[in-house]
Amino acid sequence: MVSNKRLVINTAWCKGCGICAAFCPKGALEIVDEKSRRKEGTDCILCGMCELRCPDYAIYIEESEEEAGDQWVRSY
Amino acid sequence: MVNTADVRPKTKQMSNLVYKYMRPEHLPHIWCPGCGNGIIMRDVAQAIENLGLSRNNTIIVSGIGCSSRAAGYLDFNTIHTTHGRAIAFATGIKLANPTLEVIVIAGDGDISAIGGNHLIHAARRNIGITVVVMNNNIYGMTGGQYSPTTPKGAFGTTAPYGNIDRSFDIAGLAYGAGASFAARGSAYHVQQTINIIQEGIRHKGFSLIDVASVCPTYYGRKNKKGSAVDMLTWQKENMIPVEKAEKMTRQELKGKLVLGIINQTQYKEFTFAYEEMIRRLFEEREKDE
Repeated sequence: MVSNKRLVINTAWCKGCGICAAFCPKGALEIVDEKSRRKEGTDCILCGMCELRCPDYAIYIEESEEEAGDQWVRSY
Repeated sequence: MVNTADVRPKTKQMSNLVYKYMRPEHLPHIWCPGCGNGIIMRDVAQAIENLGLSRNNTIIVSGIGCSSRAAGYLDFNTIHTTHGRAIAFATGIKLANPTLEVIVIAGDGDISAIGGNHLIHAARRNIGITVVVMNNNIYGMTGGQYSPTTPKGAFGTTAPYGNIDRSFDIAGLAYGAGASFAARGSAYHVQQTINIIQEGIRHKGFSLIDVASVCPTYYGRKNKKGSAVDMLTWQKENMIPVEKAEKMTRQELKGKLVLGIINQTQYKEFTFAYEEMIRRLFEEREKDE
Protein backbone atom coordinates (compact mmCIF):
# COMPACT_ATOMS: atom_id res chain seq x y z
CA MET A 1 0.00 0.00 0.00
CA VAL A 2 1.57 3.24 -1.16
CA SER A 3 0.42 6.01 1.08
CA ASN A 4 1.87 8.78 3.14
CA LYS A 5 -0.71 8.17 5.85
CA ARG A 6 -0.36 5.72 8.65
CA LEU A 7 -2.25 4.53 11.69
CA VAL A 8 -0.49 5.21 14.97
CA ILE A 9 -1.41 3.60 18.29
CA ASN A 10 0.13 5.10 21.39
CA THR A 11 -0.18 2.21 23.85
CA ALA A 12 1.17 4.36 26.68
CA TRP A 13 -1.99 6.47 26.51
CA CYS A 14 -4.45 3.69 25.60
CA LYS A 15 -6.72 2.70 28.50
CA GLY A 16 -8.33 -0.18 26.64
CA CYS A 17 -11.93 1.06 26.71
CA GLY A 18 -12.62 -0.64 23.36
CA ILE A 19 -14.45 2.26 21.68
CA CYS A 20 -12.10 2.27 18.66
CA ALA A 21 -12.54 -1.46 18.08
CA ALA A 22 -16.34 -1.35 18.52
CA PHE A 23 -16.97 1.51 16.09
CA CYS A 24 -14.29 0.71 13.47
CA PRO A 25 -16.30 0.31 10.22
CA LYS A 26 -13.91 -2.40 9.00
CA GLY A 27 -13.49 -4.24 12.30
CA ALA A 28 -9.76 -3.75 11.92
CA LEU A 29 -8.92 -3.22 15.58
CA GLU A 30 -8.96 -5.45 18.63
CA ILE A 31 -8.21 -5.11 22.32
CA VAL A 32 -5.51 -7.42 23.66
CA ASP A 33 -4.24 -7.07 27.24
CA GLU A 34 -6.23 -3.84 27.69
CA LYS A 35 -4.51 -2.19 24.71
CA SER A 36 -5.77 -1.52 21.22
CA ARG A 37 -3.98 -3.13 18.30
CA ARG A 38 -4.42 -3.97 14.61
CA LYS A 39 -6.26 -7.20 13.94
CA GLU A 40 -4.46 -9.61 11.65
CA GLY A 41 -6.03 -10.24 8.24
CA THR A 42 -8.30 -7.18 8.18
CA ASP A 43 -8.24 -4.02 6.10
CA CYS A 44 -7.70 -0.61 7.63
CA ILE A 45 -8.91 2.09 5.23
CA LEU A 46 -7.40 4.94 7.31
CA CYS A 47 -10.83 6.57 7.66
CA GLY A 48 -9.99 8.05 11.07
CA MET A 49 -13.21 7.09 12.88
CA CYS A 50 -11.09 5.68 15.72
CA GLU A 51 -9.25 9.00 16.06
CA LEU A 52 -12.56 10.91 16.29
CA ARG A 53 -13.91 8.74 19.12
CA CYS A 54 -10.78 7.87 21.09
CA PRO A 55 -11.28 9.55 24.49
CA ASP A 56 -7.56 9.29 25.24
CA TYR A 57 -6.09 10.52 21.91
CA ALA A 58 -4.09 7.28 21.79
CA ILE A 59 -4.96 6.33 18.19
CA TYR A 60 -4.70 8.60 15.17
CA ILE A 61 -3.87 8.90 11.51
CA GLU A 62 -0.51 10.47 10.86
CA GLU A 63 0.39 12.06 7.56
CA SER A 64 4.07 12.33 6.79
CA GLU A 65 6.27 13.54 3.95
CA GLU A 66 7.88 10.17 3.29
CA GLU A 67 5.92 7.17 2.13
CA ALA A 68 4.72 4.98 4.96
CA GLY A 69 5.33 1.78 2.96
CA ASP A 70 5.22 -1.36 5.05
CA GLN A 71 5.63 0.63 8.23
CA TRP A 72 2.14 2.00 8.02
CA VAL A 73 1.16 0.89 11.50
CA ARG A 74 3.34 2.20 14.26
CA SER A 75 2.81 1.73 17.96
CA TYR A 76 4.84 2.69 20.95
CA MET B 1 3.56 35.68 27.67
CA VAL B 2 5.39 32.35 27.71
CA ASN B 3 5.20 30.62 24.38
CA THR B 4 4.17 27.14 25.41
CA ALA B 5 5.44 25.70 22.11
CA ASP B 6 9.00 26.14 23.43
CA VAL B 7 8.54 24.03 26.54
CA ARG B 8 6.76 21.18 24.79
CA PRO B 9 8.26 17.74 24.34
CA LYS B 10 10.27 17.53 21.14
CA THR B 11 9.25 13.99 20.24
CA LYS B 12 5.67 14.17 19.15
CA GLN B 13 3.61 11.08 19.92
CA MET B 14 0.17 12.52 19.31
CA SER B 15 -1.98 13.86 16.51
CA ASN B 16 -1.36 17.39 15.22
CA LEU B 17 -4.63 18.59 16.72
CA VAL B 18 -3.74 17.37 20.21
CA TYR B 19 -0.21 18.74 19.91
CA LYS B 20 -1.46 22.14 18.77
CA TYR B 21 -4.35 22.74 21.18
CA MET B 22 -3.62 20.69 24.29
CA ARG B 23 -0.92 20.60 26.95
CA PRO B 24 0.92 17.33 26.26
CA GLU B 25 2.79 17.54 29.55
CA HIS B 26 -0.57 16.99 31.31
CA LEU B 27 -1.64 14.08 29.11
CA PRO B 28 -2.79 11.32 29.33
CA HIS B 29 -5.72 12.81 31.21
CA ILE B 30 -7.10 11.34 34.44
CA TRP B 31 -10.59 10.60 33.11
CA CYS B 32 -11.68 6.96 33.40
CA PRO B 33 -11.34 4.49 30.51
CA GLY B 34 -14.18 5.16 28.07
CA CYS B 35 -15.19 8.52 29.57
CA GLY B 36 -17.03 10.64 27.01
CA ASN B 37 -15.40 13.85 28.22
CA GLY B 38 -12.23 13.12 26.27
CA ILE B 39 -14.21 12.82 23.04
CA ILE B 40 -16.07 16.08 23.71
CA MET B 41 -12.87 17.97 24.59
CA ARG B 42 -11.44 16.90 21.23
CA ASP B 43 -14.66 18.10 19.54
CA VAL B 44 -14.15 21.55 21.07
CA ALA B 45 -10.51 21.65 19.89
CA GLN B 46 -11.56 20.52 16.40
CA ALA B 47 -14.31 23.16 16.22
CA ILE B 48 -11.80 25.86 17.20
CA GLU B 49 -9.34 24.54 14.58
CA ASN B 50 -12.05 24.54 11.88
CA LEU B 51 -13.01 28.13 12.72
CA GLY B 52 -9.36 29.19 12.75
CA LEU B 53 -9.63 31.05 16.06
CA SER B 54 -6.39 32.44 17.46
CA ARG B 55 -5.08 30.75 20.61
CA ASN B 56 -4.45 34.11 22.25
CA ASN B 57 -7.97 35.36 21.61
CA THR B 58 -9.77 32.34 22.97
CA ILE B 59 -10.55 31.84 26.64
CA ILE B 60 -11.65 28.53 28.13
CA VAL B 61 -13.48 28.90 31.45
CA SER B 62 -14.48 25.94 33.58
CA GLY B 63 -15.98 25.30 36.99
CA ILE B 64 -15.52 22.23 39.18
CA GLY B 65 -16.03 18.59 38.32
CA CYS B 66 -14.72 15.91 35.99
CA SER B 67 -15.57 17.94 32.89
CA SER B 68 -13.98 21.08 34.25
CA ARG B 69 -10.53 19.52 34.12
CA ALA B 70 -10.68 20.36 30.42
CA ALA B 71 -9.40 23.86 31.21
CA GLY B 72 -6.19 22.27 32.46
CA TYR B 73 -5.70 20.15 29.35
CA LEU B 74 -6.62 22.68 26.66
CA ASP B 75 -3.81 25.08 25.82
CA PHE B 76 -5.51 28.46 25.54
CA ASN B 77 -5.87 31.25 28.04
CA THR B 78 -7.73 29.17 30.57
CA ILE B 79 -9.28 29.75 33.96
CA HIS B 80 -10.45 27.04 36.33
CA THR B 81 -13.00 28.76 38.59
CA THR B 82 -15.12 27.96 41.63
CA HIS B 83 -18.00 25.50 41.64
CA GLY B 84 -20.90 26.59 39.44
CA ARG B 85 -19.51 30.05 38.78
CA ALA B 86 -17.90 29.47 35.40
CA ILE B 87 -20.55 31.57 33.62
CA ALA B 88 -20.16 34.39 36.14
CA PHE B 89 -16.40 34.53 35.49
CA ALA B 90 -16.98 34.24 31.74
CA THR B 91 -19.44 37.17 31.85
CA GLY B 92 -16.77 39.32 33.50
CA ILE B 93 -14.14 38.35 30.94
CA LYS B 94 -16.47 39.00 28.01
CA LEU B 95 -17.55 42.39 29.36
CA ALA B 96 -13.95 43.46 30.02
CA ASN B 97 -12.95 42.62 26.47
CA PRO B 98 -15.83 41.85 24.09
CA THR B 99 -13.44 40.94 21.24
CA LEU B 100 -12.46 37.73 23.06
CA GLU B 101 -14.02 34.39 22.22
CA VAL B 102 -15.15 32.99 25.58
CA ILE B 103 -15.99 29.29 25.81
CA VAL B 104 -17.30 27.75 29.02
CA ILE B 105 -16.86 24.01 29.57
CA ALA B 106 -18.91 22.69 32.46
CA GLY B 107 -20.63 19.60 33.72
CA ASP B 108 -24.35 19.05 34.16
CA GLY B 109 -24.30 19.44 37.95
CA ASP B 110 -21.98 22.43 37.78
CA ILE B 111 -24.13 24.30 35.27
CA SER B 112 -27.69 23.29 36.23
CA ALA B 113 -27.55 22.78 40.01
CA ILE B 114 -24.80 24.82 41.65
CA GLY B 115 -24.68 27.37 38.82
CA GLY B 116 -28.30 27.12 37.73
CA ASN B 117 -29.07 30.74 38.42
CA HIS B 118 -26.04 31.96 36.50
CA LEU B 119 -27.13 29.86 33.55
CA ILE B 120 -30.67 31.15 33.27
CA HIS B 121 -29.69 34.79 33.73
CA ALA B 122 -26.80 34.62 31.25
CA ALA B 123 -29.29 33.09 28.81
CA ARG B 124 -31.82 35.85 29.48
CA ARG B 125 -29.12 38.50 29.13
CA ASN B 126 -27.93 37.00 25.83
CA ILE B 127 -24.26 37.65 26.47
CA GLY B 128 -22.02 36.35 23.68
CA ILE B 129 -20.39 33.35 25.32
CA THR B 130 -20.52 29.69 24.30
CA VAL B 131 -21.33 27.07 26.92
CA VAL B 132 -20.46 23.43 26.22
CA VAL B 133 -22.05 21.14 28.81
CA MET B 134 -20.53 17.69 29.24
CA ASN B 135 -23.69 15.99 30.45
CA ASN B 136 -22.98 12.61 32.06
CA ASN B 137 -26.20 12.45 34.14
CA ILE B 138 -24.37 12.10 37.47
CA TYR B 139 -21.80 13.71 39.78
CA GLY B 140 -18.83 11.61 38.68
CA MET B 141 -15.91 13.16 40.51
CA THR B 142 -17.44 13.01 43.98
CA GLY B 143 -18.57 9.40 43.72
CA GLY B 144 -21.83 9.08 41.79
CA GLN B 145 -24.41 11.19 43.60
CA TYR B 146 -27.56 11.92 41.56
CA SER B 147 -27.54 15.22 39.69
CA PRO B 148 -30.37 17.33 38.24
CA THR B 149 -30.04 15.44 34.95
CA THR B 150 -30.22 11.93 36.44
CA PRO B 151 -33.37 10.41 34.89
CA LYS B 152 -36.34 9.54 37.09
CA GLY B 153 -35.92 6.06 38.54
CA ALA B 154 -32.18 5.86 37.83
CA PHE B 155 -29.78 4.90 40.59
CA GLY B 156 -26.95 6.83 42.21
CA THR B 157 -24.93 6.55 45.42
CA THR B 158 -27.40 8.92 47.08
CA ALA B 159 -30.38 7.33 45.31
CA PRO B 160 -30.00 3.64 46.18
CA TYR B 161 -33.73 2.97 45.58
CA GLY B 162 -34.01 5.09 42.45
CA ASN B 163 -34.19 8.81 41.84
CA ILE B 164 -37.59 10.35 42.67
CA ASP B 165 -37.12 13.68 40.90
CA ARG B 166 -37.72 14.30 37.23
CA SER B 167 -34.64 15.33 35.29
CA PHE B 168 -33.68 18.61 33.72
CA ASP B 169 -33.42 18.98 29.97
CA ILE B 170 -30.56 21.52 29.95
CA ALA B 171 -30.95 22.56 26.31
CA GLY B 172 -34.70 23.04 26.89
CA LEU B 173 -34.02 24.96 30.11
CA ALA B 174 -31.67 27.36 28.31
CA TYR B 175 -34.20 27.79 25.49
CA GLY B 176 -36.92 28.55 28.00
CA ALA B 177 -34.70 31.08 29.77
CA GLY B 178 -34.19 32.90 26.47
CA ALA B 179 -30.91 31.55 25.08
CA SER B 180 -30.65 32.55 21.44
CA PHE B 181 -28.86 29.30 20.58
CA ALA B 182 -29.70 25.99 22.25
CA ALA B 183 -28.54 22.67 20.85
CA ARG B 184 -27.73 19.11 21.76
CA GLY B 185 -24.83 16.94 20.66
CA SER B 186 -23.48 13.64 21.87
CA ALA B 187 -20.21 11.86 22.46
CA TYR B 188 -21.14 9.31 19.79
CA HIS B 189 -22.18 11.76 17.03
CA VAL B 190 -18.77 13.37 16.70
CA GLN B 191 -19.09 15.10 13.33
CA GLN B 192 -22.51 16.59 14.11
CA THR B 193 -21.31 17.77 17.52
CA ILE B 194 -18.24 19.48 16.03
CA ASN B 195 -20.52 21.29 13.54
CA ILE B 196 -22.94 22.31 16.29
CA ILE B 197 -20.12 23.65 18.50
CA GLN B 198 -18.80 25.58 15.49
CA GLU B 199 -22.24 27.08 14.89
CA GLY B 200 -22.50 27.90 18.58
CA ILE B 201 -19.16 29.73 18.65
CA ARG B 202 -20.01 31.61 15.45
CA HIS B 203 -23.44 32.61 16.82
CA LYS B 204 -23.63 36.18 18.15
CA GLY B 205 -25.29 35.82 21.54
CA PHE B 206 -25.58 33.24 24.27
CA SER B 207 -25.17 29.73 22.94
CA LEU B 208 -25.55 26.53 24.90
CA ILE B 209 -24.63 23.10 23.61
CA ASP B 210 -25.75 20.24 25.84
CA VAL B 211 -23.51 17.33 24.87
CA ALA B 212 -24.57 13.90 26.11
CA SER B 213 -21.47 12.29 27.58
CA VAL B 214 -21.05 8.82 29.05
CA CYS B 215 -19.94 7.89 32.56
CA PRO B 216 -19.32 4.13 32.52
CA THR B 217 -17.71 4.17 35.97
CA TYR B 218 -20.56 5.60 38.03
CA TYR B 219 -23.71 6.06 35.98
CA GLY B 220 -23.06 2.98 33.85
CA ARG B 221 -22.21 0.70 36.75
CA LYS B 222 -25.00 1.87 39.09
CA ASN B 223 -27.63 1.53 36.37
CA LYS B 224 -26.29 -1.60 34.70
CA LYS B 225 -25.86 0.23 31.41
CA GLY B 226 -22.77 -1.79 30.55
CA SER B 227 -19.46 -0.54 29.22
CA ALA B 228 -18.64 2.72 27.47
CA VAL B 229 -19.22 0.94 24.16
CA ASP B 230 -22.74 -0.10 25.23
CA MET B 231 -23.55 3.42 26.39
CA LEU B 232 -22.32 4.95 23.11
CA THR B 233 -24.36 2.36 21.21
CA TRP B 234 -27.40 3.51 23.19
CA GLN B 235 -26.72 7.06 21.99
CA LYS B 236 -26.36 5.81 18.42
CA GLU B 237 -29.74 4.07 18.56
CA ASN B 238 -31.75 6.51 20.67
CA MET B 239 -30.76 9.97 19.53
CA ILE B 240 -33.01 11.43 16.87
CA PRO B 241 -32.11 14.34 14.57
CA VAL B 242 -34.20 17.42 15.26
CA GLU B 243 -35.72 17.43 11.74
CA LYS B 244 -37.04 13.91 12.22
CA ALA B 245 -38.18 14.55 15.80
CA GLU B 246 -40.45 17.40 14.65
CA LYS B 247 -42.61 14.88 12.79
CA MET B 248 -42.86 12.52 15.77
CA THR B 249 -45.42 12.52 18.57
CA ARG B 250 -44.58 13.05 22.22
CA GLN B 251 -45.30 9.37 22.88
CA GLU B 252 -42.84 8.24 20.20
CA LEU B 253 -40.14 10.56 21.59
CA LYS B 254 -40.39 9.09 25.09
CA GLY B 255 -36.98 7.88 26.25
CA LYS B 256 -35.24 9.39 23.23
CA LEU B 257 -32.95 12.39 22.95
CA VAL B 258 -33.21 15.03 20.24
CA LEU B 259 -29.94 15.79 18.45
CA GLY B 260 -29.19 19.06 16.68
CA ILE B 261 -29.92 22.76 16.93
CA ILE B 262 -33.14 23.08 18.93
CA ASN B 263 -33.46 26.84 18.69
CA GLN B 264 -31.53 29.61 16.97
CA THR B 265 -32.75 33.20 16.94
CA GLN B 266 -31.09 36.58 16.76
CA TYR B 267 -31.44 39.05 19.61
CA LYS B 268 -29.21 41.99 20.42
CA GLU B 269 -26.05 40.73 22.10
CA PHE B 270 -25.43 42.12 25.61
CA THR B 271 -21.91 43.57 25.24
CA PHE B 272 -22.98 45.19 21.95
CA ALA B 273 -26.03 46.76 23.61
CA TYR B 274 -23.89 47.86 26.57
CA GLU B 275 -21.36 49.64 24.36
CA GLU B 276 -24.18 51.17 22.34
CA MET B 277 -25.60 52.66 25.52
CA ILE B 278 -22.20 54.08 26.57
CA ARG B 279 -21.81 55.68 23.13
CA ARG B 280 -25.30 57.16 23.29
CA LEU B 281 -24.70 58.66 26.74
CA PHE B 282 -21.38 60.18 25.63
CA GLU B 283 -23.05 61.73 22.60
CA GLU B 284 -25.84 63.17 24.75
CA ARG B 285 -23.32 64.68 27.14
CA GLU B 286 -21.38 66.26 24.27
CA LYS B 287 -24.59 67.76 22.95
CA ASP B 288 -25.38 69.31 26.35
CA GLU B 289 -21.93 70.90 26.64
